[in-house]
Amino acid sequence: MQAVYPLVFSAALFCVGVYGVLSRRNAVLVLMSVELMLASVTINLVAFGAILGAGADPLLTGQVFALFVMAVAAAEVGVGLAIVLLLYRNRASVNIDDADLMKY
Amino acid sequence: MTAQDIGMLLVAVVGTASALLVVASRNVVHSALYLVIALLSVAATFLLLGAEFLAWAQVLVYVGAVVVLILFGLMLTRAPIGPTAQGNELGRALPMGVSIALFGFLATVIFLAYPTTDIALAPTTTAALGSVLYVHWAFPFMVLGFFLTVSLIGAIILARKEEGEGPDPYADAVTEVPVPAESDTTGDPTPVGR
Repeated sequence: MQAVYPLVFSAALFCVGVYGVLSRRNAVLVLMSVELMLASVTINLVAFGAILGAGADPLLTGQVFALFVMAVAAAEVGVGLAIVLLLYRNRASVNIDDADLMKY
Repeated sequence: MTAQDIGMLLVAVVGTASALLVVASRNVVHSALYLVIALLSVAATFLLLGAEFLAWAQVLVYVGAVVVLILFGLMLTRAPIGPTAQGNELGRALPMGVSIALFGFLATVIFLAYPTTDIALAPTTTAALGSVLYVHWAFPFMVLGFFLTVSLIGAIILARKEEGEGPDPYADAVTEVPVPAESDTTGDPTPVGR
């Protein structure tokens, strides 16, 4: 398989995630976009590990780091949704533009 | 062009299209369901790269747990389940320009760096990954487990209702709750009753 396919796929997912984070106002949708970006990073880690090959990477660093990113992403979405719930409870809104208490 | 190439192209097209639908869909529940397809295509990419354990972990953790958690978040925040309004012109054009420029840059760099590199299909068995993970990476792995525990306890403490904390969004819901004109949350955010 050409190495560019997974890498370009990962770049596309990342850029879609960037667009979602920047343009959407719903906090849960922003979290979903962050999930997309993290998934694209795990693709990159696994793909570079596969490009190196098992000979140059006997410890499987790429896959192990992808596993770590996956776990950290799960923790992130848990804490993130807790924060969104708290925001909703205090502001009765999940619009990230309403979370402007620290503005200026 | 091998079968692996064709499969990867198919997965990439499906994954990119569903990721675009995640951020472009007007209905947040549809976004969450398209997220399932996007994350499944990531799992398929792992399979094509030979990382079988990661693929199934992706299916279990993301599609099984994270998307369910997000759907619960959507329900608990009573996010407008239904069509939502879009932002203004600049609020959409600027992020689109930024992400398209970023994609152009990344794709150029990738094509320049790996023009002909080939990835040989060398499946990593779960046994091989496990023996590396529990021997060489044992300490980081345990730290990761501890980190997960701490963060989930923190999430519970954050989301727990404290005595007399903050204004009750339900108390003045009928009079207060403004509906911002240009936001994702028009719909009907008014929480009625409890």
